[in-house]
Amino acid sequence: MTKFNAWNVIKNGLNGQSYWTRQWRDPEPKSSYDVVIIGGGLHGLATAYYLAKNHNIKNVAVLEKGWIGGGNAGRNTTIVRSNYMMPGNHEFYEHSLKLWENLSHELNYNVMFSQRAHVSLFHSPGAKDSVSRIYNIMRLHGTDAELWDLKTLKKKIPHLNYHNSRFPILGAAVQKRAGNARHDAVAWGYARAADTLGVDILQNCEVTGFTRKNGNIESIQTSRGIIKGKKIGFAVAGNTSVLWQMAELGNLPIESHKLQAFVSEAVKPLLDQVVVYGVGGAHFYISQSDKGSMVFGGDLDWYKSYAQRGNLPMVQDVAEAAMAIFPSLGRIRLLRHWAGVMDMTMDGSFFICKTPISNLYLNAGWNYGGFKASPASGWYFADLIANESPHSYVQNHNLERFEKGINIDERGAGPDPKLHG
Amino acid sequence: MIRINCPYCGERDHSEFSYGGDATINYPSLDSSEKEWTEAIFFRKNIKGFQFETWHHSNGCRMWLVVERSTVTHEIKSVKPCHPNLQKVVENNK
Repeated sequence: MTKFNAWNVIKNGLNGQSYWTRQWRDPEPKSSYDVVIIGGGLHGLATAYYLAKNHNIKNVAVLEKGWIGGGNAGRNTTIVRSNYMMPGNHEFYEHSLKLWENLSHELNYNVMFSQRAHVSLFHSPGAKDSVSRIYNIMRLHGTDAELWDLKTLKKKIPHLNYHNSRFPILGAAVQKRAGNARHDAVAWGYARAADTLGVDILQNCEVTGFTRKNGNIESIQTSRGIIKGKKIGFAVAGNTSVLWQMAELGNLPIESHKLQAFVSEAVKPLLDQVVVYGVGGAHFYISQSDKGSMVFGGDLDWYKSYAQRGNLPMVQDVAEAAMAIFPSLGRIRLLRHWAGVMDMTMDGSFFICKTPISNLYLNAGWNYGGFKASPASGWYFADLIANESPHSYVQNHNLERFEKGINIDERGAGPDPKLHG
Repeated sequence: MIRINCPYCGERDHSEFSYGGDATINYPSLDSSEKEWTEAIFFRKNIKGFQFETWHHSNGCRMWLVVERSTVTHEIKSVKPCHPNLQKVVENNK
């Protein structure tokens, strides 16, 4: 694989771009691997990369039923932030943000990470108090967080609707180090970097069953033959329950819901931050991509579904929210909208944990937050698989936390998956 | 848009309804173990395919319904009142 650097760019510029090699191989599956990761999304690829990089476990395969970047890796609004307050979560997401800050250098691939600030508007004194509490907790843990009063906000983003009488904008909670990145580049960057370290990325390789022996999973039946793995990791958020039941493990504290996102036609530079507008549980977030498209999204579709397509009432909801906060978007045309299927968990937090099968490890339940979590998710999932015990940040991110009563519920919404937005 | 045929009101858009959740949960007796209660409250089958689920006709008759719906195609096979006795009332009034 040719490294990306100034010398190679100049060299290939002079010889008609003819010496670039392919980004990752397309190997035939070997019969057995030390670790098999099921799911070639951002989390699976990141896990394979950190297994090879941090733990020197290089005989690794990543099985992907479709193609790299074709699932939820390409179905998100690319927002990266670490504004969490619960123990475990804030350390984890802060580490993830730190990994993002160096990711382009780490992978030798420009993931276009842009720390343009995440601006979360508030509309009532109560909401201000509540968000101040969260952002103060963040500051106590060394994460950057600040409040912008109305004067600062108007100076930074002058074209929001400041005359909304129902939900007046009073200010914003801001994380300046947050921002967004290019999702495809993250998938390709991790795939390329993992492949360079010897990881086999097996695309069009769908898992169809498991063979058990002495309580362990001995081999995996796939559409490309039988593959053995000494250790197996699930990283298939959205479809975790399907695979979990294929392994005859019963139920999970997860429901699959779909979340829509929208992209408009490209316009000239309009918005320099990620803006979040949240009123009464409703939710709207918007940023502008480097191409100029407005990228935005809203709430879940409010009912359980595995369909990767959105419903129309939510399109209307999101359009209404956009007009309420950003009236200048009124005549912009939508190019695309899509839905991704997510694991919504019973407390809104994720799982990186061991399972009842001793050689099977679980990475699941990413709710709304899978994209920003991917570097740390890979980091700590690889750590769990290599060292057989969870790092202290993820020690409670397991399936037993519900029975023990130590739910990690950021919103305090209770055991209803669709409410953990 | 999903169209739900409410047994009381007739066929309406799903935006009139609120999704409840899995309609097949059997809550254990009060003196059951923590394990059984944890299973009932937190753990779900999360079926990919047809499942029984509850919907509340929150912007209509405000009755709870049991809907058999595919979570992949959103096709609906049946809609019944949640309460079994009300099912008899609905049938007698037909």
